[in-house]
Amino acid sequence: MGVELTTTRLEDAAKWAKQSMLEKGSNWGRKFSLFTYPFVTACCGMEFMSVAGPKYDLARFGAEFPRFSPRQSDLLMVVGTVTEKQGPAVKRVFDQMAEPKWVMAFGVCASSGGFYQNYHTMPGVDQVIPVDVYIPGCPPRPEQVLDGIIMLMDRIQSGRGHSQLRLKREELIANAGSEE
Amino acid sequence: MSQKVLDALQAKFPNAVERTASTHKDEVAWIKRDNLVEVAKWLRDDPAMAFDSPVFVTCIDWLDWNPVGVPPDARWDESKPRFTVAYQLRSLTHRHRIRLEINVPESDPRCPSLAELWAAFNWQERETFDMYGVRFDGHPDLRRIYLYEEFVGYPLRKDYPKEKRQPLVRRDDLPINPIKVEHKP
Repeated sequence: MGVELTTTRLEDAAKWAKQSMLEKGSNWGRKFSLFTYPFVTACCGMEFMSVAGPKYDLARFGAEFPRFSPRQSDLLMVVGTVTEKQGPAVKRVFDQMAEPKWVMAFGVCASSGGFYQNYHTMPGVDQVIPVDVYIPGCPPRPEQVLDGIIMLMDRIQSGRGHSQLRLKREELIANAGSEE
Repeated sequence: MSQKVLDALQAKFPNAVERTASTHKDEVAWIKRDNLVEVAKWLRDDPAMAFDSPVFVTCIDWLDWNPVGVPPDARWDESKPRFTVAYQLRSLTHRHRIRLEINVPESDPRCPSLAELWAAFNWQERETFDMYGVRFDGHPDLRRIYLYEEFVGYPLRKDYPKEKRQPLVRRDDLPINPIKVEHKP
């Protein structure tokens, strides 16, 4: 047994196609209006300022508006080293963000802990929250960040973000329970 | 540079000063643990000394300290005290400085606090306690300053494993497991 993703009935197929078109449209809107929450903890913040500034201009990809409240943002950029003491704070910020939401690990420290191997550094922010895009580099070049943004936009368009997949899964589980 | 400080210190406290040294223009005096507070108080209040500027306090862990080239009797073994607490003082009035070092055994990691004499030592002694576990007797507020209360152990001790993590939270809801829906009968 499992969840049926396809159906043979014509009206169900039409409904599925309609939902899919709606999802495609909303994802198209989402990927061009990313509201970022910069969780800047360390020296990668300098590169974040560079990429958000006029020269590299993150605004070309629709992510120009940093919101300093997690409730108004849907892209969490973890910029820099995250310590174990900061773990509850990162998780709380992530939990406060509105669905659907995406996370970008900016730099090797946020991705894997970087060159730190000690008692206080978290080995990657994915230990506490799900990460969609990892950007390597110490710090990354602005071109790498823009490449990561484009990868994230592809991911949002195809509905493969972690929170999108989770929402889909929860919807499927709810529907499976109700049909029975 | 300030050898006269060491001479005055030895003349004033012949029983409290274990030995002195002067290397690289840096004067060091090893003080007995029980006499530290009176020595420090004299160093601060005596007009000829006038150590009015506290520089730092830190700790040295000598565990398994036997680098290449050091004679065998200078290497660390179990019979020697494991920790050394170092207070660096400076006088802006007379422009001399001195470092007080106190040997602290591992079985009884205690040291008198100088936070009452120089307020700037308050947080630094808390940091030393946080990282090395040396208890400072008489400290007004001795608790961890950088690490969280749940942390067990002292991370800058040489026997703390470098791979050991003490996480506060870990994720548990990532979509890494395949979807399994149980149909209710």
